[in-house]
Amino acid sequence: MLYQAEVTIELKAGMLDPEGTTIKRALEHLGYETDNVRTAKKYTISLQAGNIHEARENVEEMCQKLIANPIIHNYEISLREME
Amino acid sequence: MSIAIVQFGGSNCDLDVLHVLRDVVGVDAELVWYKEEDLDRFDGIVIPGGFSYGDYLRAGAIAARTPVMNSVRKQVQDGKPVIGICNGFQVLTESGLLDGALTTNNYPKFRCEPTYLRVETTDTPFTSAFRRGDVLRIPIAHMEGNFYADEPTLARVEDNGQVAFRYVDKNGRVTDEANPNGSQENIAGIVNMQRNVLGMMPHPERASEDVLGSADGLKVFRSMVDYISSR
Repeated sequence: MLYQAEVTIELKAGMLDPEGTTIKRALEHLGYETDNVRTAKKYTISLQAGNIHEARENVEEMCQKLIANPIIHNYEISLREME
Repeated sequence: MSIAIVQFGGSNCDLDVLHVLRDVVGVDAELVWYKEEDLDRFDGIVIPGGFSYGDYLRAGAIAARTPVMNSVRKQVQDGKPVIGICNGFQVLTESGLLDGALTTNNYPKFRCEPTYLRVETTDTPFTSAFRRGDVLRIPIAHMEGNFYADEPTLARVEDNGQVAFRYVDKNGRVTDEANPNGSQENIAGIVNMQRNVLGMMPHPERASEDVLGSADGLKVFRSMVDYISSR
Protein backbone atom coordinates (compact mmCIF):
# COMPACT_ATOMS: atom_id res chain seq x y z
CA MET A 1 0.00 0.00 0.00
CA LEU A 2 1.05 3.56 -0.63
CA TYR A 3 0.95 5.93 2.31
CA GLN A 4 1.63 9.59 2.67
CA ALA A 5 3.05 10.94 5.89
CA GLU A 6 3.14 14.55 6.90
CA VAL A 7 5.84 15.14 9.46
CA THR A 8 5.82 18.42 11.36
CA ILE A 9 9.00 19.34 13.23
CA GLU A 10 9.01 22.16 15.73
CA LEU A 11 11.31 23.50 18.39
CA LYS A 12 10.46 22.32 21.90
CA ALA A 13 8.42 24.72 24.00
CA GLY A 14 10.58 27.31 25.70
CA MET A 15 13.32 27.13 23.09
CA LEU A 16 14.25 30.36 21.40
CA ASP A 17 12.78 30.65 17.89
CA PRO A 18 14.64 33.63 16.36
CA GLU A 19 12.86 33.23 13.02
CA GLY A 20 9.46 33.31 14.74
CA THR A 21 10.49 36.39 16.74
CA THR A 22 11.58 38.17 13.56
CA ILE A 23 8.28 37.35 11.85
CA LYS A 24 6.37 38.57 14.90
CA ARG A 25 8.23 41.90 14.67
CA ALA A 26 7.52 42.18 10.94
CA LEU A 27 3.84 41.54 11.61
CA GLU A 28 3.89 44.39 14.15
CA HIS A 29 5.25 46.70 11.43
CA LEU A 30 2.18 45.78 9.39
CA GLY A 31 -0.10 46.59 12.31
CA TYR A 32 -0.81 43.03 13.50
CA GLU A 33 -0.45 42.40 17.21
CA THR A 34 0.32 38.78 18.03
CA ASP A 35 1.12 37.08 21.32
CA ASN A 36 3.64 34.72 19.81
CA VAL A 37 4.83 33.36 16.46
CA ARG A 38 6.52 29.96 16.29
CA THR A 39 7.92 28.35 13.14
CA ALA A 40 7.73 24.69 12.13
CA LYS A 41 8.88 22.62 9.18
CA LYS A 42 6.70 20.16 7.34
CA TYR A 43 7.96 17.18 5.35
CA THR A 44 5.73 15.15 3.07
CA ILE A 45 6.93 11.58 2.71
CA SER A 46 5.35 8.97 0.44
CA LEU A 47 6.20 5.38 1.21
CA GLN A 48 5.10 1.80 0.61
CA ALA A 49 4.18 -0.33 3.63
CA GLY A 50 2.14 -3.46 4.42
CA ASN A 51 -0.28 -1.54 6.62
CA ILE A 52 -0.67 1.79 8.34
CA HIS A 53 1.04 0.62 11.57
CA GLU A 54 4.10 -0.46 9.66
CA ALA A 55 4.11 2.86 7.80
CA ARG A 56 3.93 4.76 11.09
CA GLU A 57 6.74 2.69 12.59
CA ASN A 58 8.96 3.43 9.58
CA VAL A 59 8.30 7.16 9.67
CA GLU A 60 8.76 7.22 13.44
CA GLU A 61 12.19 5.65 12.95
CA MET A 62 13.06 8.17 10.21
CA CYS A 63 12.21 10.99 12.59
CA GLN A 64 14.35 9.58 15.38
CA LYS A 65 17.33 8.78 13.17
CA LEU A 66 17.44 11.84 10.94
CA ILE A 67 14.53 14.18 10.42
CA ALA A 68 14.24 15.52 13.97
CA ASN A 69 16.94 16.28 16.52
CA PRO A 70 15.45 14.95 19.78
CA ILE A 71 17.54 17.43 21.81
CA ILE A 72 15.70 20.45 20.41
CA HIS A 73 12.66 19.20 18.48
CA ASN A 74 9.21 17.75 18.95
CA TYR A 75 7.61 16.06 15.98
CA GLU A 76 4.17 14.99 14.92
CA ILE A 77 3.26 12.47 12.25
CA SER A 78 -0.02 12.33 10.40
CA LEU A 79 -0.55 9.47 7.99
CA ARG A 80 -3.05 8.65 5.31
CA GLU A 81 -3.52 5.90 2.80
CA MET A 82 -3.18 6.92 -0.84
CA GLU A 83 -5.15 5.61 -3.82
CA MET B 1 52.09 10.85 12.40
CA SER B 2 49.26 11.65 10.03
CA ILE B 3 46.06 13.62 10.54
CA ALA B 4 42.91 13.14 8.46
CA ILE B 5 40.83 16.11 7.33
CA VAL B 6 37.35 14.92 6.43
CA GLN B 7 35.72 16.39 3.32
CA PHE B 8 31.98 16.39 2.72
CA GLY B 9 30.19 17.92 -0.23
CA GLY B 10 30.14 21.58 0.80
CA SER B 11 33.13 21.58 3.17
CA ASN B 12 35.10 24.76 2.52
CA CYS B 13 37.67 25.16 5.29
CA ASP B 14 39.35 21.84 4.50
CA LEU B 15 42.22 23.36 2.53
CA ASP B 16 42.85 26.03 5.18
CA VAL B 17 43.25 23.31 7.82
CA LEU B 18 45.46 21.29 5.46
CA HIS B 19 47.69 24.34 4.94
CA VAL B 20 48.01 25.05 8.65
CA LEU B 21 48.81 21.44 9.54
CA ARG B 22 51.30 20.86 6.72
CA ASP B 23 52.94 24.25 6.24
CA VAL B 24 52.66 25.91 9.65
CA VAL B 25 52.62 23.08 12.19
CA GLY B 26 54.67 20.83 9.91
CA VAL B 27 52.89 17.49 10.23
CA ASP B 28 51.60 15.05 7.65
CA ALA B 29 47.92 15.61 6.87
CA GLU B 30 45.61 14.22 4.24
CA LEU B 31 42.17 15.03 2.87
CA VAL B 32 39.71 12.16 3.23
CA TRP B 33 36.42 11.90 1.30
CA TYR B 34 33.20 11.22 3.23
CA LYS B 35 32.87 7.75 1.65
CA GLU B 36 36.06 6.54 3.34
CA GLU B 37 35.22 3.78 5.79
CA ASP B 38 38.61 3.15 7.35
CA LEU B 39 40.54 5.86 9.19
CA ASP B 40 42.70 3.44 11.22
CA ARG B 41 45.89 4.70 9.54
CA PHE B 42 45.44 8.19 11.00
CA ASP B 43 46.42 9.42 14.45
CA GLY B 44 43.94 12.26 14.65
CA ILE B 45 41.02 13.74 12.73
CA VAL B 46 39.81 17.24 11.87
CA ILE B 47 36.25 17.85 10.70
CA PRO B 48 36.51 21.25 9.05
CA GLY B 49 34.02 24.05 8.58
CA GLY B 50 31.79 24.77 5.62
CA PHE B 51 28.22 24.12 4.59
CA SER B 52 28.09 20.37 4.25
CA TYR B 53 25.13 19.32 2.10
CA GLY B 54 24.02 22.94 1.91
CA ASP B 55 23.01 22.88 5.59
CA TYR B 56 19.89 21.06 4.37
CA LEU B 57 17.63 19.67 7.12
CA ARG B 58 19.88 21.08 9.89
CA ALA B 59 23.49 22.21 9.81
CA GLY B 60 25.64 19.08 10.02
CA ALA B 61 22.70 16.65 10.12
CA ILE B 62 23.36 14.88 6.84
CA ALA B 63 27.16 14.81 7.17
CA ALA B 64 26.71 13.20 10.60
CA ARG B 65 25.10 10.15 8.91
CA THR B 66 27.74 9.56 6.21
CA PRO B 67 29.93 6.41 6.11
CA VAL B 68 33.08 8.20 7.27
CA MET B 69 31.41 9.07 10.57
CA ASN B 70 31.22 5.39 11.55
CA SER B 71 34.97 5.28 11.36
CA VAL B 72 35.31 8.63 13.18
CA ARG B 73 33.26 7.06 15.98
CA LYS B 74 35.63 4.09 16.09
CA GLN B 75 38.70 6.34 16.26
CA VAL B 76 37.09 8.26 19.11
CA GLN B 77 36.59 4.99 20.99
CA ASP B 78 40.26 4.22 20.38
CA GLY B 79 41.14 7.47 22.13
CA LYS B 80 42.39 9.38 19.11
CA PRO B 81 41.89 13.17 19.19
CA VAL B 82 39.15 14.60 16.96
CA ILE B 83 38.44 18.31 16.38
CA GLY B 84 35.28 19.64 14.76
CA ILE B 85 35.42 23.28 13.75
CA CYS B 86 32.25 25.29 13.07
CA ASN B 87 30.26 23.02 10.74
CA GLY B 88 32.48 20.24 12.11
CA PHE B 89 31.20 21.04 15.63
CA GLN B 90 27.63 20.84 14.28
CA VAL B 91 28.45 17.46 12.69
CA LEU B 92 29.80 16.18 16.02
CA THR B 93 26.72 17.24 18.01
CA GLU B 94 24.42 15.82 15.32
CA SER B 95 26.29 12.52 15.44
CA GLY B 96 25.99 12.38 19.22
CA LEU B 97 29.77 12.47 19.76
CA LEU B 98 29.36 15.76 21.61
CA ASP B 99 26.60 16.99 23.91
CA GLY B 100 23.97 19.54 23.02
CA ALA B 101 22.92 21.14 19.75
CA LEU B 102 23.85 24.23 17.76
CA THR B 103 20.78 26.24 16.95
CA THR B 104 20.12 29.46 15.05
CA ASN B 105 21.93 32.52 16.44
CA ASN B 106 19.69 34.47 18.81
CA TYR B 107 19.86 37.33 16.33
CA PRO B 108 19.25 35.20 13.25
CA LYS B 109 22.02 36.45 11.05
CA PHE B 110 25.25 35.03 9.65
CA ARG B 111 28.00 36.52 11.83
CA CYS B 112 31.54 36.67 10.50
CA GLU B 113 33.85 38.62 12.83
CA PRO B 114 36.69 38.31 15.32
CA THR B 115 35.71 37.09 18.79
CA TYR B 116 37.61 36.81 22.04
CA LEU B 117 37.73 33.41 23.71
CA ARG B 118 38.88 32.44 27.17
CA VAL B 119 40.62 29.12 27.67
CA GLU B 120 38.60 27.37 30.39
CA THR B 121 40.66 24.21 30.79
CA THR B 122 44.08 23.06 29.70
CA ASP B 123 43.20 19.47 30.55
CA THR B 124 42.37 18.46 26.98
CA PRO B 125 44.50 17.28 24.05
CA PHE B 126 43.60 20.53 22.27
CA THR B 127 44.32 23.16 24.91
CA SER B 128 47.37 21.83 26.75
CA ALA B 129 49.69 24.41 25.13
CA PHE B 130 47.63 27.29 26.57
CA ARG B 131 47.39 28.60 30.09
CA ARG B 132 44.02 28.60 31.82
CA GLY B 133 42.45 32.03 31.44
CA ASP B 134 44.38 32.93 28.26
CA VAL B 135 42.31 35.25 26.07
CA LEU B 136 42.50 34.42 22.37
CA ARG B 137 41.34 36.36 19.34
CA ILE B 138 39.81 33.91 16.85
CA PRO B 139 37.11 34.65 14.26
CA ILE B 140 33.68 33.10 13.94
CA ALA B 141 31.63 32.65 10.74
CA HIS B 142 28.27 31.02 11.31
CA MET B 143 24.51 31.35 11.57
CA GLU B 144 23.85 28.28 13.71
CA GLY B 145 26.27 28.56 16.60
CA ASN B 146 23.90 29.03 19.51
CA PHE B 147 24.90 26.22 21.87
CA TYR B 148 21.97 24.60 23.64
CA ALA B 149 21.78 21.65 26.02
CA ASP B 150 19.03 20.69 28.45
CA GLU B 151 19.62 21.57 32.09
CA PRO B 152 21.04 18.26 33.38
CA THR B 153 23.37 18.00 30.38
CA LEU B 154 24.56 21.58 30.73
CA ALA B 155 25.19 21.07 34.45
CA ARG B 156 27.23 17.93 33.74
CA VAL B 157 29.24 19.66 31.00
CA GLU B 158 30.05 22.52 33.40
CA ASP B 159 30.75 20.29 36.41
CA ASN B 160 33.11 18.02 34.48
CA GLY B 161 35.06 20.95 33.11
CA GLN B 162 34.04 20.04 29.57
CA VAL B 163 33.83 23.68 28.48
CA ALA B 164 37.03 24.39 26.56
CA PHE B 165 36.36 27.96 25.41
CA ARG B 166 33.93 30.73 26.33
CA TYR B 167 33.17 33.96 24.47
CA VAL B 168 34.49 36.89 26.51
CA ASP B 169 35.34 40.53 26.04
CA LYS B 170 38.93 41.47 25.35
CA ASN B 171 39.62 41.66 29.08
CA GLY B 172 38.47 38.08 29.55
CA ARG B 173 35.11 38.84 31.14
CA VAL B 174 32.04 36.76 30.30
CA THR B 175 29.41 39.31 29.21
CA ASP B 176 26.23 39.23 27.15
CA GLU B 177 27.77 41.70 24.69
CA ALA B 178 30.68 39.33 24.07
CA ASN B 179 28.30 36.48 23.25
CA PRO B 180 27.84 36.56 19.46
CA ASN B 181 25.05 34.02 19.14
CA GLY B 182 23.19 33.49 22.41
CA SER B 183 25.06 30.34 23.46
CA GLN B 184 24.26 29.15 26.98
CA GLU B 185 26.94 30.30 29.44
CA ASN B 186 28.83 31.90 26.50
CA ILE B 187 30.02 28.44 25.44
CA ALA B 188 32.19 28.52 22.31
CA GLY B 189 33.72 25.05 22.52
CA ILE B 190 33.30 21.82 24.50
CA VAL B 191 34.93 18.42 24.81
CA ASN B 192 33.32 15.04 25.39
CA MET B 193 33.48 13.16 28.71
CA GLN B 194 36.64 11.30 27.62
CA ARG B 195 38.10 14.68 26.54
CA ASN B 196 39.42 13.45 23.18
CA VAL B 197 36.73 15.16 21.05
CA LEU B 198 36.62 18.95 20.78
CA GLY B 199 33.95 20.99 19.02
CA MET B 200 34.36 24.74 18.62
CA MET B 201 32.48 27.33 16.57
CA PRO B 202 35.40 29.78 16.12
CA HIS B 203 37.95 28.99 13.41
CA PRO B 204 41.47 28.41 14.82
CA GLU B 205 42.78 27.71 11.29
CA ARG B 206 41.89 31.29 10.35
CA ALA B 207 44.01 32.57 13.22
CA SER B 208 47.15 30.46 12.94
CA GLU B 209 49.58 32.89 11.29
CA ASP B 210 50.52 36.48 12.18
CA VAL B 211 49.84 37.56 8.61
CA LEU B 212 46.15 36.75 9.25
CA GLY B 213 46.00 39.15 12.19
CA SER B 214 46.23 36.51 14.90
CA ALA B 215 48.13 33.30 15.47
CA ASP B 216 46.25 32.47 18.67
CA GLY B 217 44.55 29.43 17.15
CA LEU B 218 47.79 27.68 16.27
CA LYS B 219 48.19 26.25 19.77
CA VAL B 220 44.99 24.24 19.31
CA PHE B 221 46.70 22.27 16.53
CA ARG B 222 50.05 22.23 18.31
CA SER B 223 48.42 20.83 21.45
CA MET B 224 46.77 18.10 19.38
CA VAL B 225 50.06 17.16 17.73
CA ASP B 226 51.87 17.12 21.12
CA TYR B 227 49.16 14.84 22.45
CA ILE B 228 49.53 12.45 19.51
CA SER B 229 53.33 12.41 19.94
CA SER B 230 52.97 11.51 23.60
CA ARG B 231 50.44 8.68 23.12
